[in-house]
Amino acid sequence: MEYEEAKAKIVDELQRKSKTKTKFYFSDLAKLLEAKPRDAKKLVNQMVTDGALVYWSSGSTTMYSLPGVGKQAAAEHEEKEE
Amino acid sequence: MAKHATPLLDQLESGPWPSFVSDLKQQAAKRAKNAEKIDFQIPADVVDDLLGLLELSFVDGVTHWKHGGIVGVFGYGGGVIGRYCDQPEKFPGVAHFHTMRVSQPAGKFYTAEYLRQLCDLWDLRGSGITNMHGSTGDIIFLGTTTPQLEEVFFELTHKFNQDLGGSGSNLRTPADCIGQARCEYACYDTQNLCHTLTNEYQDELHRPAFPYKFKFKFDGCPNCCVASIARADMSFIGTWKDDIKIDQEAVQAYIGGEIAPNANDHNGRDWGKFDIQKEVIKLCPTACMWMEGGKLKIDTRECNRCMHCINVMPRALRIGDDRGLSILAGAKAPILDGAQMGSLLVPFIPAEEPYDEIKEVIESVWDWWMEEGKNRERLGELIKRQGFQKLLEVTGIEPMPQHVKEPRSNPYIFWKEEEVEGGWTRDITEYRKHHQR
Repeated sequence: MEYEEAKAKIVDELQRKSKTKTKFYFSDLAKLLEAKPRDAKKLVNQMVTDGALVYWSSGSTTMYSLPGVGKQAAAEHEEKEE
Repeated sequence: MAKHATPLLDQLESGPWPSFVSDLKQQAAKRAKNAEKIDFQIPADVVDDLLGLLELSFVDGVTHWKHGGIVGVFGYGGGVIGRYCDQPEKFPGVAHFHTMRVSQPAGKFYTAEYLRQLCDLWDLRGSGITNMHGSTGDIIFLGTTTPQLEEVFFELTHKFNQDLGGSGSNLRTPADCIGQARCEYACYDTQNLCHTLTNEYQDELHRPAFPYKFKFKFDGCPNCCVASIARADMSFIGTWKDDIKIDQEAVQAYIGGEIAPNANDHNGRDWGKFDIQKEVIKLCPTACMWMEGGKLKIDTRECNRCMHCINVMPRALRIGDDRGLSILAGAKAPILDGAQMGSLLVPFIPAEEPYDEIKEVIESVWDWWMEEGKNRERLGELIKRQGFQKLLEVTGIEPMPQHVKEPRSNPYIFWKEEEVEGGWTRDITEYRKHHQR
């Protein structure tokens, strides 16, 4: 799958689901891309580098989300400081 | 005068053991005094607020830390763990209190100067609180604010040639024992293998795409000082195939009391004369040792390399010369529940650069786990769910006696019908007549 096509697919799907779900496991994204994990990894990491996705980490588990989606910023007092 | 009263934490200082509360109070006082005139880049009273917040958690019986967050340094999905406090007005010093993991040098060898540099950096840009070393082995920096993350990362990488470690659904910072640098028991160069694989798998370390955490640990010998067998998803434990080398004269010197056993480790009291029968031969788990004509004999075929005899008489017994390592898979040591030890996957593999055979095993395991592992499922859980046999299939390793603990019990390697000449059929109804479910 071409990068731009993959990015559009991920962003569209994550936006569509954003009312009910804001954080996704890597495997969710790999399934969306219908790609093998290693191929999906290259695409997904490129999206993070481009700023289309952001990492969310609890310390033990990492998830992915669209930037600014979910209640992260307000809840974590990021907005206040900036 | 402390910023917050902490009567409950003060209690923790009353025990006979060293107290982290005393350490934190000392650090809070040091920052308040700031004798070195450090231009603190995060609130000077961060440690006071940390103590206050912890006191509040004791009072309330709940944590006041929020779970995770979106923090990191550019291009990295691990190494920084976002921590935010849910009482930021009361404790502004710890409103952000992120953890940074610094990849420890192989074998944890570093100079005093390097440590001083790290501490100076952390005093300036963080709370000054460190944890040497976290359970993954990393040097842990506890507590800084979001704007300082990139600054710390820049200085670490550009000034100290030092990378961040792993966190999240990543390969965690590989950890190893001191190995051949200082230990005569090391069967392979643990530091070289650890360093090589750390460099080789940078992408896996920094860009998360695993179902969950994954740990490598490297032990130079079966003494397992790094405890890889108990906590690494893949552990690499040094071993050898030929005979333990015996210096019979030194054996006699141990028996005669000229050399103290256990490298004189238990000299705190008088344990009586060294008794080789009682302290070595009878403790051999496979009973493969005996004395014959005043000489110590070992049946290598029976030896399982438990290291006990070598540990007791290190000057008389030495590891063999045909050395390599064993690979075990599936260990984990979670805090609450479900600890399990590693299962032997490769009994012996040479540990020689460029370690291609080892990398092949690792990558086939990862391909399987990345494809089949459920979210937050460790390798050991996948092995339990799909079977050890499946692991053998994906790695292309033939089942062998070493994979089985003992004959006729817990045989988790089964024949398939196509592997047996003529196959087999059975009448399940007839079978159930004699064997109920």
